[in-house]
Amino acid sequence: MTVDARFGLDRHVRLPGPLPLDGGASLPEIEIAYETYGAPGAAASNAVLVCHALTGDQHLASPHPRTGKPGWWQRVVGPGKPIDTDRNLVICANVLGSCMGSSGPASVDPASGRPYAMRFPVITIRDMVRAQAALLDHLGIARLKAVVGGSMGGMQALEWAATYPDRVEAALVIASSARHSAQNIAFHEVGRQAIMADPNWRNGDYYDGTPPAAGLAVARMAAHITYLSEAGLTEKFGRRLQARDAKSFGFDADFQVESYLRHQGLSFTDRFDANSYLYITRAMDYLDIAEEHGGSLANAFMGMATRFCLISFDSDWLYPTAESRAIVQALNAAGARTSFVELSSPFGHDAFLLENTEMDRVIAGFLASR
Amino acid sequence: MTLRPDLAIIAANVAPGTRVLDVGCGDGALMAALSGLRQVDARGLELDSANVAAAVARGLSVIQGDADTDLADYPADAFDYAILSQTLQTTRRPDQVLDQLLRIGCKAFVSFPNFAHWRVRLSLLWGGRMPVTRLLPLEWYETPNIHHTTIDDFRAFVRERGLTVEGAWFLSGDRLTSAAAANFRAEHAVFLLRR
Repeated sequence: MTVDARFGLDRHVRLPGPLPLDGGASLPEIEIAYETYGAPGAAASNAVLVCHALTGDQHLASPHPRTGKPGWWQRVVGPGKPIDTDRNLVICANVLGSCMGSSGPASVDPASGRPYAMRFPVITIRDMVRAQAALLDHLGIARLKAVVGGSMGGMQALEWAATYPDRVEAALVIASSARHSAQNIAFHEVGRQAIMADPNWRNGDYYDGTPPAAGLAVARMAAHITYLSEAGLTEKFGRRLQARDAKSFGFDADFQVESYLRHQGLSFTDRFDANSYLYITRAMDYLDIAEEHGGSLANAFMGMATRFCLISFDSDWLYPTAESRAIVQALNAAGARTSFVELSSPFGHDAFLLENTEMDRVIAGFLASR
Repeated sequence: MTLRPDLAIIAANVAPGTRVLDVGCGDGALMAALSGLRQVDARGLELDSANVAAAVARGLSVIQGDADTDLADYPADAFDYAILSQTLQTTRRPDQVLDQLLRIGCKAFVSFPNFAHWRVRLSLLWGGRMPVTRLLPLEWYETPNIHHTTIDDFRAFVRERGLTVEGAWFLSGDRLTSAAAANFRAEHAVFLLRR
């Protein structure tokens, strides 16, 4: 039996360009890092693309090479799991602009032989999706049984359906939105300004020196707060002090929540590139699917045979239920086959990454039906 | 799997191959029967998230939402039938919900418990208390049924709105009963309405 080298863990492919981008520029060629799970034989009718979130990666259900931690959705993807790798060929690719092997600002610009840094073109969610479509062409997958994603992954799932309706049988969109709100953009801008204010950032040209770790850590800390709920933070930390009996009357991390955030920020800088963080948050801020379709979200999905399922969480204030409802209204107006449920969880936006039996049932049931 | 009697009547009278919106679809029992047996394209709307999750888990297209507020999001004439079973009396504005049903669907099935059934009348007349019966099992303070109606009230409403009754079925216990004196003898009713 010959092994098809296009399928398996830790794959890389260089795809010939040019890849035209929404911003008007184009990339001469792109590199995509990806993984596949399950039998390539299922590719013709049972291919499921999972799209990752802002700081996610292609290691969906395999250990992260740098941190050694389990895959970010190992709980959901695997043999006999809600996204069943016994039945489906599951694909996950590092998004364009990221830093886990796909083309991004840290990649070498073939024109200069140096990292792109801020010379990398600004991209959109739809550009990420176009790059994934090129990957599927390379894999010989004409049509997806489903495209699935949470948070920014859900934005890609929506863009997949809106951009390639004939290639998507079903789209599962979890804790996501069809546009970035002023508040979403505001939080991202705080993060970007923290990175750019770090003297080590040097207009993005830090690849031969010290990266702007302090700025990136602050960006991560601010963002991390938006992934949790107030009740969740209170339950986990309250006002408890960190390894001390009394306040220090100084600026150490007196409170457990401070210590936790500092740790989150620091450990993030070990695995993520600051410029990638700038580019991907920008792509999310630019998202407004209605704007891309004449100002009406329903237009984006009109006359589509694609089935949709949306899940929101009651404690998610980053992409609250109202954002999912707005998508559901548009899908209803477009006559699309749509399911929607708001699930209960105390964990805020991060709920989609955590244990949730109801979510598992909905994912499995939606993917099993056709 | 046996369907509730009013749902069985509806299932038996939906034309095959049509598009149906089941408002208040619960865990999707009727939708499953319709799509399985009659090749119907069934969609659902349901308030309770556990019911929605159960329905989606069995492969049905169900949206979590409220009949009182979310029907306005559906385009006109999107469905051949809109179905509202045992839900009318729980809505804040039954008249507006019925208007929406017949805007979205060309026809509507509506089933509801009859508040003029003789047992209900007796309970009020002799007991002087709000009736607690098999179909209305909860006390007045905890019942979701906030707009009780009778078969004659419903007929009057339908006439007033200029709607056509295409079919009517009356149930006593789980059996069909005649239309004669239905307002007295029927525990619940199923109407098929047309604009």
